Amino acid sequence: MRVGLFITCLIDLMRPEIAESAVALLEAAGCTVEVPMSQTCCGQPGFNAGDTRASRDLARKFLDEFERYEHVVVPSGSCGGMIRHHYPTLFEDDPDLKSRMAALAARTWELTAFLHDVAGLKTLPGRFEGVVTYHDSCSGLRELGVRSQPRALLALNPMVRLVEMQDARACCGFGGTFSVKYGEVSAAIADEKLDRVKASGAPCLVLGDLGCMLHLEGRMRRKGDTTTRVLHVAQVLAGNVPEA
Amino acid sequence: MQVQSMHFKARAGQKLADARLQQNLKVLSQRWTVGRANAILELDDFEGTRNEAVERRNRVLANLDVWLERFEREASARGTTVLWAQTPEEASRLVVEIARRHGVSKVTKSKSMVSEEMALNRHLEAAGVKVVETDLGEYILQINDNEPPSHIVAPVVHKSKDEVSDLFAKVHQRPRLTDIPQMTREAREFLRPHFLSADMGVSGGNFLIAETGSVALFTNEGNEGMCTVLPPKVHVAVTGVEKVLGTLEDLALVARLLPRSATGQSISNYFSVLTGPRAPGEQDGPEHMYVVLVDGGRTGLLGGEFQEMLRCIRCGACMNHCPVYQKIGGHTYGWVYPGPMGSVLTPSYVGLEKALDLPQAATMCGECHVVCPMKIPLPDLLRKLRERQLERGLRPWTERAGLAAWAFAARRPALYRPLARLGARLLRLMGGDARSIRSMPLARGWSGFRDLPTPRGPTFKERWRRQRH
Repeated sequence: MRVGLFITCLIDLMRPEIAESAVALLEAAGCTVEVPMSQTCCGQPGFNAGDTRASRDLARKFLDEFERYEHVVVPSGSCGGMIRHHYPTLFEDDPDLKSRMAALAARTWELTAFLHDVAGLKTLPGRFEGVVTYHDSCSGLRELGVRSQPRALLALNPMVRLVEMQDARACCGFGGTFSVKYGEVSAAIADEKLDRVKASGAPCLVLGDLGCMLHLEGRMRRKGDTTTRVLHVAQVLAGNVPEA
Repeated sequence: MQVQSMHFKARAGQKLADARLQQNLKVLSQRWTVGRANAILELDDFEGTRNEAVERRNRVLANLDVWLERFEREASARGTTVLWAQTPEEASRLVVEIARRHGVSKVTKSKSMVSEEMALNRHLEAAGVKVVETDLGEYILQINDNEPPSHIVAPVVHKSKDEVSDLFAKVHQRPRLTDIPQMTREAREFLRPHFLSADMGVSGGNFLIAETGSVALFTNEGNEGMCTVLPPKVHVAVTGVEKVLGTLEDLALVARLLPRSATGQSISNYFSVLTGPRAPGEQDGPEHMYVVLVDGGRTGLLGGEFQEMLRCIRCGACMNHCPVYQKIGGHTYGWVYPGPMGSVLTPSYVGLEKALDLPQAATMCGECHVVCPMKIPLPDLLRKLRERQLERGLRPWTERAGLAAWAFAARRPALYRPLARLGARLLRLMGGDARSIRSMPLARGWSGFRDLPTPRGPTFKERWRRQRH
């Protein structure tokens, strides 16, 4: 299977090891991974700020870059949701583009959904050992229905023990630019989530969206927790976890 | 009601610092989210019921004028006077006129959010009519110097029992009580003389039934019957024009969804369908019944991008499940309707420019859409309001400039890639050995509350290019 990897702008810049983990997992699932080098951002920041024109342009750009692939994989529920859920709605006035966009959207997958539902990954390529708790990031959960897949994949590794926190599905308070515009409210919501993480007893928080990761890890460190790890599910599955 | 939404940020800060409020909100959100989750399991087919209700509401909204006229015809035929008000102020004037016509000196009120839009109490008091709120929550707020409600179903949810104990002791001039049944009994003692001496009762209207000209009310305390049926000469129901349903069967359908979504109850303690004044030979009911239909911006949403908002049945599930509401409470939103539904309604009804924060102050987590019994796509509607803000130049120049710069670069890979490369290097430099940035003078919204864990190396694209090509 020839798969185009949409890295996401945030992973490219802030956590390249997540994209590397995604590549390792896709290759372990028997895929040939290609990375179009002209890709930038899915356009979600503009879309959520009300700038439809910019998001349309970036959706067009995405179509040009990825239409040639059998499947497109995105290691982020929120960028995946933007593409699968919102891209087709940006072209209501252009039936031809809309149908092409819808067709591409339908074969664009959040990483764990692809690995589990499409590629049927059975063996993980790397090692990781530890107790983790999983946070369901909002767009992946509510726009794409990603919930069982990351858990099923984590269960492939007998050395990983998943303990569920209370309200794993509750928002962490990131919300993109919300986290900066309403930093105080955003941090208060994060604290609620971090209390749940702590109560779970797991020394490692795992999730599938880098925005939420940076927000939660940043808040954790600011409050003096220097030990709890915050990892992307791809890193845990691929065993690509840097020394703390 | 005076719009206070422009003070959103300052108020949010105050509410976050209010430890007692935080505790009250935590209890509420836990209780009601669990309550709803359990209550919807009682329905064999919640999803199917919801879809059917959405369909019925859409059918009415597609021909709202026709259904309203049917309602007016049927209600008039049964002796109810139907009045139309384009604005909330006009609606208040109509109610004041009714009070004058019938020589009313005291009004008892059942809970009504539309009456809050109308600032009805203020208008009636100005006309020399005494108004007594009889919903326990609304009563507490009224005796606390007319404090505004903070929730559309549980208006006083921001207060703890202790705060109410203090208030009762102060206002009632009685020994301080702490037992809830005793406190309720005391409130009843104070309310009963008003029920018996009021000339007119005012209620809201959860739904209007077109085929019978009825007003349907869902309540929990029994005060509504005291305001509408028992003693008063006159009953006035005030409600929004969008609340009309076609048939009693439609009412039965939404009745399965409203209390479950609102308070997690299978059905509210009281459920009334009021049809016309007391007819000759009937035992109870008012001598005169009026329905005041309020537009107040509603018809402006018809046929446009926000029409779906008119399906709203005011259950409050969106706010109960909203991570932002759960932290800042209802008062922060600054007008009658808080939470996600309020963040769509307030800018729509009072003006986009008066409520700039509301469409922005949402994480877009989507839980409101998930729990809405009417499947209103609240995040999409908030996003559309953000579009309008941007089109009308209502966002700060810094935000617009940032957005323009981002869009410029994101469209141009040849520029974007070196910028990302440079960015990664800069962040690494700023993060130093700690691999973390604590202070970013240009991004205090972030760094005021969190560190920024920095990247460990060059961008993925740089690495990929080196490894694979």
